[in-house]
Order: sequence, then C-alpha cells, then structure tokens
Amino acid sequence: MSNDTDGKQPSLMCQAWELLRKPTGRWSLGAILIVGFATGIIFWGGFNWAMELTNTEAFCLSCHEMEQNVYREYRGTIHDQNRSGVRATCPDCHVPKPWVYKIKRKIQASNEVLHKILGSIDTREKFEAKRLDLAKNVWLAMKETDSRECRNCHTFSAFDLSRQQKRAQIRHDEAVEEGKTCIDCHKGVAHKLPDGAFNAEREMNETWNAVHKKK
Amino acid sequence: MKIKIMAIAVALGLALGQVAGFKDAVAADVRALRDSPVSAPDKAPDVYKVQDGVKHERAYRQQPPLVPHATEKYEIDLKVNQCLRCHEWPYSDQEKAPKISDLHYIDRNGVRQDTVNGNRYFCTQCHVSQVDAKPLVENKFQPAVTGR
Ligand code: HEC
Ligand code: HEC
Ligand code: HEC
Ligand code: HEC
Ligand code: HEC
Repeated sequence: MSNDTDGKQPSLMCQAWELLRKPTGRWSLGAILIVGFATGIIFWGGFNWAMELTNTEAFCLSCHEMEQNVYREYRGTIHDQNRSGVRATCPDCHVPKPWVYKIKRKIQASNEVLHKILGSIDTREKFEAKRLDLAKNVWLAMKETDSRECRNCHTFSAFDLSRQQKRAQIRHDEAVEEGKTCIDCHKGVAHKLPDGAFNAEREMNETWNAVHKKK
Repeated sequence: MKIKIMAIAVALGLALGQVAGFKDAVAADVRALRDSPVSAPDKAPDVYKVQDGVKHERAYRQQPPLVPHATEKYEIDLKVNQCLRCHEWPYSDQEKAPKISDLHYIDRNGVRQDTVNGNRYFCTQCHVSQVDAKPLVENKFQPAVTGR
C-alpha cells in the first residue's frame, strides 16, 4: 500500500496524507461521490438532530437551575396554558429559528455549560443575585433582534386591534408608528422580574437611544 | 352506683344519636349560595370577562377607583410592582395611565415621602377590576349623595 520511492520509510502522518492524496484505482468517481453524499447527509442530519434534542423544553428543564427558578414561575402563565392550547416553550422564546443565529446561540450556550459546572446559580439566592444581569442580557438581545422570537408567533400585521384590550389598542398603534419592539413594553411576560428591573430598564434604554439615535 | 352509670351511658347514647340525626336533617336543609349540595365539591365556576375599558363612577367620595383593566398578571412583590411601571411618574405619561395621587405617598405619620408608601404598596387591596357577572344576592347598596 505504501508508495515510497526512495526506500526510506515515511512517518505515519505522511503515510496517511499520501493515502488521502492518492487517486484510487479501485473505486469510480461516481461511487465515491454517492458514498460521500450519503455520509454527508447522515452526518449533517445527525448534527441537526443532536442540536434539536437540545431544543426541547425537557432538555432545558434537565438543569435544576432552570426547573427550580424560571420554569416554576412560567407555569400557569399565558404561554404555558391558555384557551387555545398553543404553547410557547423555552426554546421558542430563547433560541432563534434561522440556522445561523441558532448556531451562534448554541455556541454561546457553552458559556452556560461552564457556569453550570461552576455552580454559579445553583441556589435560589445565587440565582436571584445574578438575575438582573441575566435578564438584561435577554432584553438587550431581544432589542437587537427586534424581538425576532416573539414575532415567530405574533406579528403586528396580524393583530386585530379591534379585538384587543383598550390599552393594547392604543399602545400597539403607537408601537407601529414609533417603531417600538415587543420587549420594550412586555418585560416579565414569562418570568418574575428581578429586583431593580425598572431602573435597569431605564438605564438600558438611555444607552440604547444614545447609540441608535446618531445613525 | 351501677344504675347511675347506666343512666348516664343511655342518656349519652341517646344524645349522640339525636345529634347525628339532626346533622343529616340540617345538611339536607341548608342552602348554600352555590348550587351544589354542601357535601359535594364545587362545580367549575362560570367564565366571566373583566370589564375592560369601562369607566365606573365612584359611589362615594373616598372610594378607590375601580380598575378598568385586568390585574391578575401583574407582579406585586418585594422585588417589583408592575402597576407602578404604568401608574407612577415618569411612566404614567408615556403609558397614558392616570398618575397615582399624592395620597399614595403619605406615610402613617402624615409625612409625604418620595416613594409609594408601604401602606399603599399592595394596590389590589383597594383597587379591583369588575367582571360581567350578575350579583349572587340582592344588593341594596345606594351610592352616597352629597350637597343635600
Ligand atoms: C410559540 C409561539 C409564541 C411565542 C414565541 C411567543 N408567544 Fe406570546 N403568546 C402565544 C400564545 C399562543 C398566546 C395566547 C393567546 C391567547 O390564547 O390569547 C400568547 C399571548 C401573549 C400575550 C398576551 C398576554 C395576556 O395576558 O393576555 C403577550 C403580551 C405575549 N404573548 C407576548 C409575547 C412576547 C413579548 C413574546 C417574545 C418574548 C412572545 N409573546 C412569544 C404564543 C407565543
Ligand atoms: C408601546 C408598548 C407596546 C409594544 C411595543 C408592544 N405592546 Fe403589546 N401590549 C401593550 C400594552 C400596554 C398592552 C395591554 C396591557 C398588558 O397586556 O399588559 C399590550 C397587550 C398585548 C397583548 C394582549 C392583547 C389583549 O387584548 O389581551 C399581546 C398578545 C401583545 N401585547 C403582544 C405584543 C407583541 C407580540 C408585540 C411586538 C410585536 C407587542 N405587543 C408590542 C403595549 C405594547
Ligand atoms: C414568552 C417567551 C418566553 C418563554 C416561553 C420563556 N422565556 Fe425565559 N425569558 C423571556 C424574557 C422576555 C426574559 C427577560 C427577562 C424578563 O423580561 O422576564 C427571559 C429571561 C430568562 C432568563 C434570565 C433570568 C430572568 O429571569 O430574567 C432565564 C434563565 C430564562 N428566561 C429561562 C427560561 C426557561 C428555562 C424557560 C422555559 C421554562 C423560559 N425561559 C421560557 C421570555 C421567555
Ligand atoms: C400597561 C400599563 C398598566 C399597568 C401595568 C397597570 N395599569 Fe392601571 N391603567 C392603565 C391605563 C392606560 C389606564 C386608563 C384606562 C382607561 O382610561 O381606559 C389605567 C387605569 C387604572 C385605574 C383607574 C383610574 C381612574 O382614575 O379611574 C386604576 C385604579 C388602575 N389602573 C389600577 C391599576 C392597578 C392596581 C394595577 C396593577 C395591578 C395596574 N393598574 C396596572 C395602565 C396600566
Ligand atoms: C389603602 C387603599 C389604597 C391602596 C393600597 C392604593 N390606592 Fe390608589 N387610590 C386609593 C383611593 C382612596 C383613591 C382615590 C383618592 C385619591 O385620588 O387618592 C385612589 C386613587 C388612585 C388612582 C386614581 C388617581 C387619579 O387621580 O385619578 C390610581 C391610578 C391609583 N389609585 C392607583 C394605585 C396603584 C397603582 C396602587 C398600588 C401602588 C394603589 N393605587 C394603591 C386607595 C388606595
């Protein structure tokens, strides 16, 4: 199998490289393409399949940090139970649907795995202490994406304002005109808000407006 | 002695029997506000809608105004009070919500504070929304009249 020409025994690495480079005499190009294509599908499918496994409510709740804190607050809210029986689970709001953003979010999640191992929020007290920062991250992310995850299910254009509450009619009208996004007004839809949430919100909006008005 | 004890025992037995019989009779007779019998579990309540956007007149001068919107989803606890996120300055203008009056800032010694006072922190203690249910019992309440 080795194709040494000058009699010297090449290292293992070189041998492997040669093997990869060497054109095969035995297999037709078509066969290689077909096999490559098939394995490609299998690997790609397997990758996506494994990723989707981490995109379920059950996966989120396998961490007690999530089950004991945010999940228990989410239970019974409108996104958990409602008259239509359509649910929004954790990944619906927290994991983007478009593939590129989904991968980006999953890579960020490795940081969360690190903190899981470090036990950064493994008690209620530690969680509450970190909570304002965590919430701010989510708010900022949602402002940046114009609340993309909410809009997977809710769209302004599909709102029938005449069937909404009076307060919602007035404010949604304004929201369209002023280009506001869902998270600007709907904080704490699925979880309890952290201590100091409103001050943090005001500060965040001020810095946000300072940066975005200039453009 | 023996006779005395016997007599007491008989009397007790009779009394207990009476009470038991009496209890059944009462149970059959008692009418609760709900339709199901006293011993049966409640049937599911009717679904009522919160009267949204309906302005309720105050029935007497000191009355806390009724709330023209649903309130149950707003968090009021040690950490945050979501009612204030709409009804307190500076939010009230942008939210087009009536600003809470200065009385909400006065502490129990009559001193004006800069934050909503503890005795008015739990809004739903005084302010409630109304649903479209009909009254369970007749109500003869009359709004107060002044200037007579
Ligand atoms: C998976 C789909 C889905 C996603 C994602 C989603 N929602 Fe919802 N949302 C629903 C459904 C379903 C209802 C209940 C509709 C009903 O029965 O009235 C609802 C209800 C609501 C309500 C009404 C609350 C009430 O008490 O009446 C608000 C406000 C809301 N959503 C905001 C949001 C925001 C903000 C986001 C993004 C952070 C979001 N939703 C993401 C599906 C979704
Ligand atoms: C300018 C502020 C504002 C923005 C921006 C906004 N909302 Fe609302 N929304 C309100 C208010 C105020 C209400 C009524 C009070 C409440 O539900 O707390 C409301 C109510 C709702 C309701 C319940 C309607 C009903 O009749 O019960 C839904 C659903 C909702 N919003 C979804 C959204 C979604 C999705 C977005 C983003 C596309 C959004 N809102 C953006 C202010 C806003
Ligand atoms: C309707 C959309 C929605 C759903 C469903 C949802 N979240 Fe959230 N989540 C949010 C928003 C918005 C925030 C930002 C903080 C806030 O406004 O409450 C947030 C914040 C968080 C935070 C940061 C800490 C905090 O409380 O602010 C964690 C952790 C979290 N969510 C986990 C979960 C988990 C786990 C689930 C599933 C049980 C879940 N979320 C379901 C919208 C949602
Ligand atoms: C999303 C913003 C918002 C939140 C949160 C909110 N309100 Fe309101 N509230 C309003 C608006 C807007 C009005 C005026 C509605 C109208 O005129 O139809 C109002 C009206 C009222 C009124 C009537 C005042 C009057 O003079 O008639 C009371 C009382 C009230 N709200 C109490 C509450 C309480 C208690 C809570 C918390 C459980 C709360 N509100 C949460 C926006 C809000
Ligand atoms: C101890 C009872 C009590 C509590 C608790 C209370 N209020 Fe009031 N509230 C009143 C009374 C009485 C009035 C009417 C007299 C007045 O204007 O002060 C009133 C008036 C109001 C008004 C109408 C103001 C106007 O000028 O039309 C609003 C809005 C209001 N309250 C909101 C709230 C909110 C939000 C909370 C929670 C932070 C709250 N109230 C807590 C008793 C209470």
